[in-house]
Amino acid sequence: MNDGALLDVDGLTVGFNTEHGFIRVVEDVSFAIAPGETLGLVGESGCGKSVTAQTVMRLLPSPPSRIDAGRILFDGENLAAVPERRMRRIRGDRIGMVFQEPMTSLNPTQRIGAQIAEPLMLHRAMGHAAARAEARRVLEQVGIGNAERRLDQYPHELSGGLRQRVMIAMAIICGPKLLIADEPTTALDVTIQAQIMALLQQLQKDLGLAILLITHDLGMVAELCRTIAVMYAGRIVETGPASAVFKGPRHPYTAGLLASSPRRVSKGERLPSIPGLVPPPGLRGIGCSFADRCSRVTERCRTELPRLAAVESHAAACWNPVS
Amino acid sequence: MTAVLEARHLSKTFPARDGKGVVRAVNDVSITVGEGETLGIVGESGCGKSTLARMLLRLIEPTSGEILFLGEDLLALGPSGMRARRRDIQIVFQDPYASLDPRMSVAQIIAEPLDIHGIGSRAERREKVRALLDLVGLDQGAGGRYPHEFSGGQRQRIGIARAIALEPKLLVLDEPVSALDVSIQAQIINLLDDLKGRMNLSYVFISHDLSVVQHVSDRVLVMYLGRVVELGPAQQVLEAPLHPYTQALVSAVPEIDPQQRKARIILPGDPPNPEHIPPGCAFHPRCPKAIGICKTDMPVARNGETHSAACHLL
Repeated sequence: MNDGALLDVDGLTVGFNTEHGFIRVVEDVSFAIAPGETLGLVGESGCGKSVTAQTVMRLLPSPPSRIDAGRILFDGENLAAVPERRMRRIRGDRIGMVFQEPMTSLNPTQRIGAQIAEPLMLHRAMGHAAARAEARRVLEQVGIGNAERRLDQYPHELSGGLRQRVMIAMAIICGPKLLIADEPTTALDVTIQAQIMALLQQLQKDLGLAILLITHDLGMVAELCRTIAVMYAGRIVETGPASAVFKGPRHPYTAGLLASSPRRVSKGERLPSIPGLVPPPGLRGIGCSFADRCSRVTERCRTELPRLAAVESHAAACWNPVS
Repeated sequence: MTAVLEARHLSKTFPARDGKGVVRAVNDVSITVGEGETLGIVGESGCGKSTLARMLLRLIEPTSGEILFLGEDLLALGPSGMRARRRDIQIVFQDPYASLDPRMSVAQIIAEPLDIHGIGSRAERREKVRALLDLVGLDQGAGGRYPHEFSGGQRQRIGIARAIALEPKLLVLDEPVSALDVSIQAQIINLLDDLKGRMNLSYVFISHDLSVVQHVSDRVLVMYLGRVVELGPAQQVLEAPLHPYTQALVSAVPEIDPQQRKARIILPGDPPNPEHIPPGCAFHPRCPKAIGICKTDMPVARNGETHSAACHLL
């Protein structure tokens, strides 16, 4: 329990009912975000970062998904235990969401203005005209020029970058305390990504938003987040101040990820790569899930699960951390 | 350096959606790929890089221009002549999920180019497939399995094995690692590097990821709205870019090391629709440095100290 945290996820375990029984994809994940802070949850495909984010929002259908253990305390309320009815009041109001692909999250048959205004009419019982005026104001806030005209356009008439700004406008229109951004720039070109990153930073400053950023891009975490949590095979394997983790990664997986970035290796030299593949959920064994790919593996790694433990400036879950 | 491939003044226009105008996807692009060289092509969505890649194999027919492969004019070849020439020029696509036939076993996929070109006896082809699996780092058991049984990185290895089966001279790699996680991406980049040395290959390597391009390329070409805006040695282009577009592109990449972080140049707006390319320099509406002439006159490539860029300010 972290006093003063806006979001405090504690021991979260999430799984799915499958034909092979209940399979856990997120295991014993804990992290906390203070008001106005940014936490980057990073990892590669299948590591459980998006399932974690969607569970915080309670967006996964249950069944087949199920929260097996843990709490999700948001502003003191355990979201893991609240009924859907209650969750609907929180989603889009006190917690905003932005996803990777704005085209699939926006309704293609509805004008932008109506979509942005909807949370206000839903959560604030605001009238049509007032909500439209507010929608216009928020569009300007997210840097969309010609807002009045944009309100009457459809999503397909906008570029990918503008659509993502519309998503952000929808997410913040009710003045949430927390924004969950799941790969918000992954589908965008790098110059547009730079615009969206700058916008998120600006909004955070202006609105005092806390942000949970889900991404595979370590550079983005380094620029936007004070705290990082690195996930591998469903667990957080390293966490702490982003600057400390980047400067001195202690988990061999984090170290391997950082080293394999082609930016750090000059041409002609081989890229350090992590051999092998991520074990699929259900086949992760009893020890450390990274053991089979790890160059620092010891006997203990295969039999006993390492827990997050302090390593000077931050924490890593490793029996033989990089020094 | 002998040129393996030389493309001169390539252009491709498509009819616009409204049926009236045209989309200039690639506009007067000339490239040379030397023997053993990797030419990197970078640019954002819609810049024409994938159209250019496909034109090099005549998977898309150029509207105008010339393509010389080892001195031979590819555009003068008839269908059978071109098919024979494709032994030497192969392509690897971004999405290994979409480019492998799900109903064929991996051995069949890799053997298909050999079958089509009637190379070797059946036993020799089987032996060749075994050698190729080995070469791309797949175990022999993989041959009897199907694409869906493999991860993204392994599927890309299958796509590469198929592409090198005919021992081509040139590989066009269209975003070959963009769909892969970073730890897997490194494995594939290393594999491509090994193969290049072993098989004496030349590469055209297309990517939107500047750090990947910088690592693999000898020279880099930057495209914006169908045209080349900058061309030169990889390190010079990406570390000391001349064109304001390349400068913005390089500065926009998120950087882990705070000491390496450059002052970010944030470009306003989106790249214009290629159906309506702005007059003058196509980049001028977004360019922080644009002056009067940029709005009216199209810049031609000029040589800077180390390389060339198409910008009036040089």
